[in-house]
Amino acid sequence: MLEIRNLHARIAETGTEIIRGLDLTVRDGEVAAIMGPNGSGKSTLSYILAGRDDYEVTEGEILFNGQSILGMDPAERAASGIFLAFQYPLEIPGVATMEFLKVALNAQRKARGEPELKIPDLLRKVKEAAGRLNMDMAMLKRPLNVGFSGGEKKRAEILQMSLLEPKLCVLDETDSGLDIDALKVVADGVNALRAPDRSMVVITHYQRLLDYIVPDTVHVLYKGRVIKSGDKSLALDLEQNGYADIIGEAA
Amino acid sequence: MNMHAKPQRTHAETALIDGFVERFSDLPGNEAVIRRRDDAVERLKAGLPTRRVEAWHYTDLRRLLATVPAYDPTASARPLPALLQGSTVLPVLNGVAAHAPRIEGVSVVGLEQKLADGSIAPAMTSRDAADVIAPLNAAFVTDGWFLDIADGAAVDGPIELQNVQAGGQVHVRFPVRVGAGARATIVERQSGSGDALVSSVSHMTVGEGADITWVILQEQPVGATHFGQFNAVLAKDAKLTLFVMNTGGKLVRQEIKVDAKGEGAVFNLRGVNLLNGDSHTDVTMVLDHSAPNTTSSEIIRNVVTGRARGVFQGQIRVDRLAQKTDAKMACNTLLLSDEGEFSAKPELEIFADDVACGHGATVTEIDRSHLFYLMARGVPEKQARGLLVRAFVAEVIEGLEDEALVAALEAKLEAWFARNG
Repeated sequence: MLEIRNLHARIAETGTEIIRGLDLTVRDGEVAAIMGPNGSGKSTLSYILAGRDDYEVTEGEILFNGQSILGMDPAERAASGIFLAFQYPLEIPGVATMEFLKVALNAQRKARGEPELKIPDLLRKVKEAAGRLNMDMAMLKRPLNVGFSGGEKKRAEILQMSLLEPKLCVLDETDSGLDIDALKVVADGVNALRAPDRSMVVITHYQRLLDYIVPDTVHVLYKGRVIKSGDKSLALDLEQNGYADIIGEAA
Repeated sequence: MNMHAKPQRTHAETALIDGFVERFSDLPGNEAVIRRRDDAVERLKAGLPTRRVEAWHYTDLRRLLATVPAYDPTASARPLPALLQGSTVLPVLNGVAAHAPRIEGVSVVGLEQKLADGSIAPAMTSRDAADVIAPLNAAFVTDGWFLDIADGAAVDGPIELQNVQAGGQVHVRFPVRVGAGARATIVERQSGSGDALVSSVSHMTVGEGADITWVILQEQPVGATHFGQFNAVLAKDAKLTLFVMNTGGKLVRQEIKVDAKGEGAVFNLRGVNLLNGDSHTDVTMVLDHSAPNTTSSEIIRNVVTGRARGVFQGQIRVDRLAQKTDAKMACNTLLLSDEGEFSAKPELEIFADDVACGHGATVTEIDRSHLFYLMARGVPEKQARGLLVRAFVAEVIEGLEDEALVAALEAKLEAWFARNG
């Protein structure tokens, strides 16, 4: 599904290198957790996968189903099946959430050569998906994310993810700002999307999220490289002993 | 002997003055009106203002008004479909008011009649020395509509005043009296098909406790010059919501002068300027808070493309008697081209000590993080930009209470973006 080889990337404006030789492979259907201390490059990795142009890839390759995505803009990557659930979803005044969902869904369908969704079909799909996430349809009439609580924003992200049906889901600190009840709802939403042909990269600072979204593999990111990989027990180990030992081993 | 070195008249100045001599015998009006016309032409003879006149600092009229077309008696215009369903349309077609339909609770009189009997003459004055639009209009006005909305009338359906030009010169006037407690929605359409010079002056008195929504929709073709002037005086507890949308014209100046004269009066201005090509569009507001407990808010949103230039001047004057005034003004511009420009000049003159007044002006480009967010959901860049620009403007339109009006204005917005996106 995803193969990152010797990736180097820097902040375009300042030239500061953030990702320094990162390797990562995520197989079809795999849920890979990315953990690491603050500043290790976790969020940067998510932005680079989605194609944000504040970052510049200077070396290495990102292959998505065998194809390089480095020459694709964010919209092309999204249409090809990559989805980033933002840590801080943006508020877009003047664009109603429902209208946005319609535009995004149809843009992706159009890019894939599929016909546009009819309004009744769209409404039915959205209603079902929103129901599973305990979201009120009235919320969807409001401008996108404007005035939404932290939990509502995260739910809106997962709603988009379930409607867009991506192949690769990148979840950036989806647990941040959520209380335990909201976390369960969001995790249920994510788990419902687990499928043999869909992979997930779950970026998190805390092991807590991984109690609810159980990963197949865990990778520790430090100074822009994966310094250790393992199964879900690695996350528990980190929770108990912190990062110091692993960082020490790698140094 | 007078030794002042008078600058030579421009083509436009000469054309206006000579044009008056030619037109004079065909213009309607009794003696009182003729006197007003004569005074007005004297003012025009002083010359068009340059940027040295403060009120015209960003719109150097003497330079920008290069030519003045001659009056064209052969031009004929057709009425437009109404903006809103269920409207009563009062057309003025190339300067001639067509017919007067009956409107329950409203007395409608063609302005030509009020010029002929002289009853409009007292209103044909200029505001001050810098006023050009009122004297230009007073000199040449041919027709228009006078509306008198009865006390307590709740007018059924919107009234649409249509000023449609087909070239040459068009000068119209819309005086409106709104009785106490009356309610109405009035749409002022400024449109046409020619490269005309247009002036349109409205005077409105809003009676105690009345509630009026007035929409100015200016969609002149790319070669037209449009001068609008909207004047209103608000009595006690009167409420006026004014929506101004400029989407056309080559040289446009829309002046707004509102006096919140009665205690508790409320004035809300919402403006949308969609600017393209080589156009120059100026919205200039002067708002007086003359009584205590008066409230106003102004939000202007501008989208600038091509080599267009835009201006917003907003002056709020709070009289020393106008305690507890609450006034907020914002002017936000989205600049979509390197060659476009927008000048905003907010001014507060506050003589009372217990007031809440504020203003802000911003000029920005499209927010890159917003753009990234939309693209990350699969929306192609061009479409995502369009969505964000429309959203920037739609926010102002969506604040209106009347859903039919919101839908109609959003359709205008979509049409503009379809042509200019």
